[in-house]
Amino acid sequence: MLIGVPYLWLVILFLIPFLIVLKVSFSEPTVSIPPYSPRLDISDGMSALWQQIRQFSIENYVFLIEEPLFYRSYLSSFTIAAIATFITLLIGYPLAYAMARAPRSWRAILLMLVILPFWTSFLIRVYAWIGILKKEGLLNQVLLAIGVISEPLTILNTNAAVYIGIVYSYLPFLVLPLYASLERMDDSLLEAAADLGCTPMKAFWTITLPISIPGIVAGCFLVFIPAVGEFVIPDLLGGSETLMIGRTLWVEFFNNRDWPVASAVAVVLLLVLVVPIALFQNAQARAEEKAS
Amino acid sequence: MAKTLGPVRREFAPWNDPDAVPYISFQNVTKRFGDFTAVNDLSLDIYEREFFALLGPSGCGKTTMMRMLAGFDAPSNGNVSLDGTDLTGIPPYKRPVNMMFQSYALFPHMSVEKNIAFGLKQERIANAEVKARVEEMLSLVKLEEFAKRKPHQLSGGQRQRVALARSLAKRPKVLLLDEPMGALDKKLREETQFELMDLQERLGMTFMIVTHDQEEAMTVADRIAVMDEGRIIQIATPTEIYEQPSSRYVADFIGDINLIEGRLTVLPEAEFADNLAIMQCPGIGSNSDVGLEIQVQCETTSDLAVGDRGWFAMRPEKIRLSHEVPEGLDPANPVNAVKGTIYDIAYLGDVSVFHVKINDDVIIRATQTNTTRLVERPLSWEDRVWLYWGADAGILLAS
Repeated sequence: MLIGVPYLWLVILFLIPFLIVLKVSFSEPTVSIPPYSPRLDISDGMSALWQQIRQFSIENYVFLIEEPLFYRSYLSSFTIAAIATFITLLIGYPLAYAMARAPRSWRAILLMLVILPFWTSFLIRVYAWIGILKKEGLLNQVLLAIGVISEPLTILNTNAAVYIGIVYSYLPFLVLPLYASLERMDDSLLEAAADLGCTPMKAFWTITLPISIPGIVAGCFLVFIPAVGEFVIPDLLGGSETLMIGRTLWVEFFNNRDWPVASAVAVVLLLVLVVPIALFQNAQARAEEKAS
Repeated sequence: MAKTLGPVRREFAPWNDPDAVPYISFQNVTKRFGDFTAVNDLSLDIYEREFFALLGPSGCGKTTMMRMLAGFDAPSNGNVSLDGTDLTGIPPYKRPVNMMFQSYALFPHMSVEKNIAFGLKQERIANAEVKARVEEMLSLVKLEEFAKRKPHQLSGGQRQRVALARSLAKRPKVLLLDEPMGALDKKLREETQFELMDLQERLGMTFMIVTHDQEEAMTVADRIAVMDEGRIIQIATPTEIYEQPSSRYVADFIGDINLIEGRLTVLPEAEFADNLAIMQCPGIGSNSDVGLEIQVQCETTSDLAVGDRGWFAMRPEKIRLSHEVPEGLDPANPVNAVKGTIYDIAYLGDVSVFHVKINDDVIIRATQTNTTRLVERPLSWEDRVWLYWGADAGILLAS
């Protein structure tokens, strides 16, 4: 019986909300509360319910295909998430590597420093970046003071600010699994490589990097998947040209009050993300199998 | 190759030849890790084609010695040279030595053949030759069928063979073996020890093994260095280490031994003499001055003076037991004999171990080979027996 509790949790907090969103996505927008029809009402009996279900249409999905805004939002989200993930990897790998190679007594402290930002609200941290990136912000002031630039840079409200925001926010998600896989690596493997005539640089490419691939894969997916659906970062740091699906969704829900189309956007996003999530799960399962 | 190497092996003793040039040489090597001195002003010469063992308890500095030769640790003082070349400052990847790691350190993402080829690939060797060498190594360790497997698909013994093949593939000037059989079970370990000896003879390479297992060192090595606290206590052949230990530490570390402490009242005058040593043995920790007096005819390697404390060391298997007075012995003035009471008997199958109580402080262990399938033991608990031994059975030690 107790085994069922986690499933109950999933059913209540995940499956039922999803079914509601799915149902709304097949409805039509109306000016009412709630702003869609038909509304399913069990009190009228099963035949009435069946009548209502027969009114479902896939019109909203057709609209998603016809309207290029959505298609472009999806594509742009994936591109931004992919590029941001790549940048996060470039920054996160050396970080995780240095942590794993640090003296054992330091590692706990370094790990703590990586986790420390989580103690502050995500929203506040993203807001803080506005103060750093704006025209008269901290970054521009420092760069002007040391004479690197003569005129303040426009970073805030551009895609660059979105990349900075995503890389900053999701860096720990990449560093932690990568650190775990690098830390697990037996030091004697590198000694063996050196013993067999391999220079330290080459040993990194032939031994360390291939062995850390499961960590890289896990970390990248943990950044990529939430980054695709990110709303707060593009909304606060991005500009008018920053097109991300999370933002489009928000506009449909709250500005246009078109719940059915917004629900369809959400359902499609979920379906599209199922592919990388499945890949991730598969990679994890294989890595675990290897480890055992 | 015909197995006619037995006599050849016995003649192999370059360490006794004053003209022989050492192949590996540690000169006044000290290694400190912070406050801890792992190796303390140690000098050691190893000769070409020798199978050399560093033996000692964990933390005695034996692994550090090996790591300094491989280049993973640099000596704090002194230097290490190989084949006439000073190795100081040469990184591990440029040294002509290869190591077989205790953990095997096989690359988990590479197949067996790729692991073996790894060292060869680091040099500009043609692919065809790499392939040939890998095949040669695979057949050497009898793993031809496992070439495509990954390390996690192999048993412990197979992994050990891959590690061995990988470290031999480059034909190093010296092969270093760090506790190579630590992870194997007893049967497999014994088998592997003999294979390793055979391999070393066939390849004619210089092997250096680090182990804490004295049996393993005795089996494989031409010479053994017994180490303790960063120093070498004794370097000698297995036979000498066992039969002529230089100190109690070595005697006690290798095999089982009786150590009888006493004050010397009469000393042997020559090295191999019939001269008598008389020890008064009040026993360790006893206040009584009277105690036991033992007269021994034996060899001593140490400088001892009358009145010194000394230890008479004797292996249990060299002692004989008898109910009757041994032939030719004067019971009133026994030499190389002592009377006691059987206190405990342990039947181990091949041998029986007798604990014989001489007095309250001295118990001597004697082993008797069970040459017949005895049903009833001729010797039993509480029996009064004579323990006796030959003049070449024991040795008198000063420390």
